[in-house]
Amino acid sequence: MEITLNWYLSLSAVLFVIGVLGVLMRRNAIVILMSVELMLNAVNLTLVALSQAMGDVAGQILVFFVMAVAAAEAAIGLAIIIALFRKKVTVDVNEFHLFKY
Amino acid sequence: MVAQLLFFLLAIVAIAAALGMLIARNPVNSALWLVLNLFCIAGLYLTLNAQFIGIIQILVYAGAIMVLFLFVIMLLNLAELPRREDIDWKRGAAFILGMGVLAQLVYIVAMSFDVLPHPPAAQEAVATGSAQVLARALFTEYALPFEVIGLLLLVATIGAVMLAKRRFV
Repeated sequence: MEITLNWYLSLSAVLFVIGVLGVLMRRNAIVILMSVELMLNAVNLTLVALSQAMGDVAGQILVFFVMAVAAAEAAIGLAIIIALFRKKVTVDVNEFHLFKY
Repeated sequence: MVAQLLFFLLAIVAIAAALGMLIARNPVNSALWLVLNLFCIAGLYLTLNAQFIGIIQILVYAGAIMVLFLFVIMLLNLAELPRREDIDWKRGAAFILGMGVLAQLVYIVAMSFDVLPHPPAAQEAVATGSAQVLARALFTEYALPFEVIGLLLLVATIGAVMLAKRRFV
């Protein structure tokens, strides 16, 4: 059995859905950020697989930019979590409703 | 034969590590499971003959981003969140929504079975994934986006310092 592009795309879909479930089901804000990283990785896997299958470097260039955005997002997200933790002394997202009233 | 075996091994470990991240109650364990997952994805990049991206994946994700996560988890001295006593119906809804997304993605992949291009010979794939070809594209055709992404990282750094300052919120 040959490993075709579909196997990589299927694996990427499964990883993406695990990331979606992490964002929707977990209460810990840091784990939610990690799930977002997992989703970005799943998309990166799709980009690299398609780029290699088509012999086009554009997909891999895009992966670079996604990685840079992921690093920026992690830095900002963790800074926000630190700021929220100072205020509430918890990272449970159910405890945060600053925009509610 | 070796390639198939390697792919399935890496894929199974990657999915298991992602599920471990989802299920682990302690955030440090979650982070370590995610590191294992990132290493498996780097291995998958190598099976695709994208060596440069594979190395960058380990350096940037496992080396920089996950260290930042672990640093923050340990800085805040986070333990497990207390268990909820009441039944959480939101989790069931979240699971159903996630399965809906999975069904859609699998449908798309299944529909594209005959449309997708066949993988090229290993020689070509190695050439496409090499640092030389990537750098040529990055510094000529994509020079402007490259500079903009540098600016984005600068802004993110300043923003992170501002947000983490005492008495900002």
